[in-house]
Amino acid sequence: MTILFDGIAYGMLLFILAVGLSVTMGLMNFINLAHGAFAMVGGYLTVVLMQRFEVPFLVCLPLAFAGTALLGAVLERTLYRPMYRKPHLDQVLFSIGLAFMAVASVDYFVGSQQQIMQLPEWLKGRTELGTGTPWELGMGHYRLFIIAVCAALTVGLQYVLSATRFGSRLRASVDDPRVAAGMGINVNMVFAMTFAVGSGLAGLGGALGAEVLGLDPTFPLKFMVYFLIVVAVGGTSSITGPLLAALLLGVADVAGKYYLPKLGAFIVYCLMLAILMWRPQGLFVRQGGK
Amino acid sequence: MANLQMPLLEKSAIQWWEPVVWLLAFSAPWAFPHHALIINEIAIVALFAVSLDLVLGYSGIVSLGHASFLGFGAYTAALFAKWIHPDPLLGLVVGTAAASVLGALCSASILRGSDLTRLMVTLGMALILFELANKFDGLTGGSDGLQGVVMGPVLGRFEFDLMGQVAASYSMAVLLVLFFLARRLVHSPFGATLMAVRDNRLRAMAIGVPVSARLAVVYAIAAGVAGAAGALMAQTTGFASLDVFALERSADVMLILVIGGVGWLYGGVIGAVVFKLMHDVISSITPQYWTFWMGLFLVVLVMVGRERLFKPWTWMGRT
Repeated sequence: MTILFDGIAYGMLLFILAVGLSVTMGLMNFINLAHGAFAMVGGYLTVVLMQRFEVPFLVCLPLAFAGTALLGAVLERTLYRPMYRKPHLDQVLFSIGLAFMAVASVDYFVGSQQQIMQLPEWLKGRTELGTGTPWELGMGHYRLFIIAVCAALTVGLQYVLSATRFGSRLRASVDDPRVAAGMGINVNMVFAMTFAVGSGLAGLGGALGAEVLGLDPTFPLKFMVYFLIVVAVGGTSSITGPLLAALLLGVADVAGKYYLPKLGAFIVYCLMLAILMWRPQGLFVRQGGK
Repeated sequence: MANLQMPLLEKSAIQWWEPVVWLLAFSAPWAFPHHALIINEIAIVALFAVSLDLVLGYSGIVSLGHASFLGFGAYTAALFAKWIHPDPLLGLVVGTAAASVLGALCSASILRGSDLTRLMVTLGMALILFELANKFDGLTGGSDGLQGVVMGPVLGRFEFDLMGQVAASYSMAVLLVLFFLARRLVHSPFGATLMAVRDNRLRAMAIGVPVSARLAVVYAIAAGVAGAAGALMAQTTGFASLDVFALERSADVMLILVIGGVGWLYGGVIGAVVFKLMHDVISSITPQYWTFWMGLFLVVLVMVGRERLFKPWTWMGRT
């Protein structure tokens, strides 16, 4: 049970990190390998704010979100926009280049050592439930916090997507940008907003995950694979797909590392290969989309 | 049939400048003995880039895991030399064959899905091999790398020397042979169908090109070439480490190919020369942060466009 719990926390975290990527990929058919860099920026923002300026943890989270969202918006305007019409090869090269630059600059400014996150006291504890029974469940408070935050965000996102005007515009643009533009939707604007929010979420995820995933300058490259797995397996047309994929990945990864430590990440990669060969478009594809 | 083949093969005829260039290349390790090691590296990387060009440039498969075959060839050759026979040529053949077989097995995975799926599958393959090489440390030496590989002399006569002159000539010779084989291949009717598949898969299928079979075959061949590059690397350095499977390698070789030009076999060779020299210069200035400059270069390259970047006289004109 503890493993399941940790897996879910991990999966939730991955979902928050990857959901922005999934939307940008679905919306503009853009392969963004630099997405992890935004998460890293969020993580470092939090760590630096907490260590140097002693900002409380809870204040840091929204700041991490806002900071990365702003960065995302600026980059979208200046660098990303000309890339949408280029072939996938160019996009891959471009975003890898961006990720390399992010890694090297963080290394330069902050240093290559692993950053340590000081959690506030009330998040450090651990609650044991049903000790002695087969269903023993140990919940780290911080992980519980992660699950709560991520679940709230997921519900919020789902609400925005399915019940607001912006959500329906976004879904229309994902399904067919040209028709959506023809219906008077400002697709570029929708996309810029989505990109900013997606980057912001990645930043938030990075801030939340700094303690769990570890934070050092190679973060974007190390976790890029995980984000891509979530997106590739979950499909890009809904947010339930990536959510389920992220949970599956989280549980599989934690369980794999716990029961078969020698094989480590091997299981996850094999699982991904198998799923992708079975359903090349992802597990949860909605029919009727583009 | 012969009439149809002729115009295709004309393109693969040897130009007058080619023997000159290759002769210069072959004399380089002897003219600059202090740079023989880097010449050797360039030859190996060039071979690797030619291999990726077969997949990416001629068949249009975006791959982020081409290092899997490089690494597989390297480990196979190193293990072969260590446990079975130290002859380099035999090891080269074994490494190439092993990587081809792996490529043929993997080719099933790249036939379906979108670019993203392919990217993930190829990347996943490299990661799986990385994990395997890491776990079976009894065989591969794990993260310490596979050490204690002692190579015999090439052709039974030329010992590998410390300066790397023999190594460089050996790698260059392999590059020469495989390069011309690859060129013959892409200018054959087979190569023409590959390009048809790259340009429009649906139409290629409609005119009767067996798309899946063609892609599978070219993938296996390219994997073999990459395996040969890996084998050369293991043999000339006497060492194989986990970093042959790393993502950076796959990314580097993609960059090399883009510098030199995709869909043109000399592109890989030229890209390798430029890239290695650039790497050497930049990392001697800032050893730790050279990835930053490489990243910047990539971004600028894509933003400006390759054509314009390397033809400065077009900067002033209108696009």
